[in-house]
Amino acid sequence: MLSTSSAFKRDASAALADVGLQRALERTKPHFQHRRTAAVAALPEFEQLREIGREIKDHTLVNLDFYLDAWAEMVERAGGTVHFCATAADAREAILGICRQASAKIVTKGKSMISEEIGINDFLEANGITPVETDLGEYIVQLGHEPPSHIIAPAFHLNRDDWEARFRAAHKDLPADRVFRERRDILTEARGELRQRFLAADVGITGANFLIAETGSSVIVTNEGNGDLTQTLPKVHVVLASIEKLVPTLEDASVLLRLLARSATGQDFSVYTTFSTGPRRPGDLDGPEQYHVVLLDNGRSAMLGTEFQPMLRCIRCAACMNHCPVYGAIGGHAYGWVYPGPMGAVLTPALIGVDKARDLPNASTFCGRCESVCPMKIPLPKMMRHWREREFERHLGPPSGRRNLALWAWFARRPTAYRLTARAASLALGVLGRKRGRFRSLPLAGGWTAGRDLPAPEGETFFARYARQSRVER
Amino acid sequence: MLTTLRRCLGRGALPPDQAAMLRARLVRHPRGLVPARAQLAHVEQISLFVRNVEKEYGTVAFVADFASVPAAVTEYLAKQNLSSELIVAPHPELLALPWADRALLRWRVGRAEASDVVSLQHAFAAVAETGTLVLPSAAERPTTLNLLVETEIVVLRTSRVVGAYEEAWDLLRAERPGLPDGGFMPRSVMLVTGPSRSADVEQMLELGAHGPHRLHVILVQDGAAAAPAC
Repeated sequence: MLSTSSAFKRDASAALADVGLQRALERTKPHFQHRRTAAVAALPEFEQLREIGREIKDHTLVNLDFYLDAWAEMVERAGGTVHFCATAADAREAILGICRQASAKIVTKGKSMISEEIGINDFLEANGITPVETDLGEYIVQLGHEPPSHIIAPAFHLNRDDWEARFRAAHKDLPADRVFRERRDILTEARGELRQRFLAADVGITGANFLIAETGSSVIVTNEGNGDLTQTLPKVHVVLASIEKLVPTLEDASVLLRLLARSATGQDFSVYTTFSTGPRRPGDLDGPEQYHVVLLDNGRSAMLGTEFQPMLRCIRCAACMNHCPVYGAIGGHAYGWVYPGPMGAVLTPALIGVDKARDLPNASTFCGRCESVCPMKIPLPKMMRHWREREFERHLGPPSGRRNLALWAWFARRPTAYRLTARAASLALGVLGRKRGRFRSLPLAGGWTAGRDLPAPEGETFFARYARQSRVER
Repeated sequence: MLTTLRRCLGRGALPPDQAAMLRARLVRHPRGLVPARAQLAHVEQISLFVRNVEKEYGTVAFVADFASVPAAVTEYLAKQNLSSELIVAPHPELLALPWADRALLRWRVGRAEASDVVSLQHAFAAVAETGTLVLPSAAERPTTLNLLVETEIVVLRTSRVVGAYEEAWDLLRAERPGLPDGGFMPRSVMLVTGPSRSADVEQMLELGAHGPHRLHVILVQDGAAAAPAC
């Protein structure tokens, strides 16, 4: 997928002015938060599970070579094939090779963010193969020729009228004057349309939430059942997974599964949690004849051993974006690549380069909600700060930013000058703004006041008040 | 890829003693934390299982023995006003049922096709913790029965209800002998919690996406002693 992350500021402004998007965000934003809060409250051990989950992932990451080796051996023993792919291009070629060998015309797909990362849909189409997204949210964004805006709710940015309009435009075989009375009618129509595709597909591609070294299994979780139809009906199943999905055992996966659904949708458990191990066995009446895993690195190994290694613990639950005030204001598309929100602000610079995504780690208020809800306890704000440091070291920001920082640094190292200036500014602004209590616009601060008012200072600096109150208390 | 990983981790291959420790961990597969809610007396686990299935929009019926299953199936289908045509999993416990007594039921044994509407599946086990059915694929338990139909009916022995996922894994490990070291896994193990659903339209939950709209569990009371078949 091509990135538009460098245009973040422009796209974020456009998102703020997008009436449909704002309507969707306003309506749907609180749902995920409330559901997660309730699910977590109902499991007293949740905090301990977070701690154990983090240990499992850390243990796996520092021994990743061992566990990948053990896992690959088990996949082969079960009759599957592993394709090791260092880059997105390698993964695309591997998948195309498998599809060609199966003489595939139609490929159904379960939800996979990595498939967005490697841009497999456009690539298959360019090679004469039709990819069909089968997750409802992915299906509707595919019909609209746009990327998903959220990692577990791809159509987070759409309203019901968008769904109806796109279905009418795409499903020409149905009566044009049909009425969608309720949301269920949308589901029923999608079920009917996609059922034909499931049955016609030659290859099914799914992602993986986990890979298990003990058994050589891949795990997917879905609520719709689309991922299971995708991996059961066609004669070839391709799992597209990245290296950090690995966990040692079924027990380790069970710990993480207890965290995943609760953090994501606020369910205790997803409807379908399926462990796939190799192709159809002798005597089986259904299931694919071939099982392939396309294992992708694409820049992840370079994060090992760096301050960004904890990001590889991420289990893609989306709790961070569901609780992020920035994501909540602009939605996912403005982030400009596959992964939006706080996890994207850390992961995107690592995978496509901080030079192409320098605005993302800056698009944070550092309120810390992302870290506080992250089931893997990933220090997201701290890592965004690391990216800001790298951005500064490499002179990627605008010169005005460096000049202002240099000015601030000059004052910061001279406490007397700092206090005097702060006192003067605070007094002046206090007098000027006494009447309204806030400023609608200020010279040199247009970037701030364009989006909100600046509250007027009361006239006294923090230092002055602190000193005064300390004297009183003594 | 392994060489790249080792370079990034700043070391060569693990020394033999460390590799042996990790291999031992895979063989021991130690449990993490099992929530207290799953650690109950068996009777309470069964009622927790039922509560959780119902919470996830499934339904449950109790029967005293296997002989009563066909009647329970007929009754459920009639009450829901559903087709009396069944696709039945070729599991010995289901094939041994007294179907002849139910002349109104039409049934076929095998995998499901797109035209099938109601399936009768056999559960390997179930997890009380979240009301989850454990459905490993096998010649006698086709996966398509869990997916292609509109209504899935699952027969489960009460003795096969366990507290936590970890107990279900241990059952699989124990009952597929001759396949040690992780080789015990069948092609697919589906953990199913309630009927299919989606919240993709405006984040509002609707039942009945691509999988079954209805999930009905028939719990067969068999005491704790009954020997598992597979």
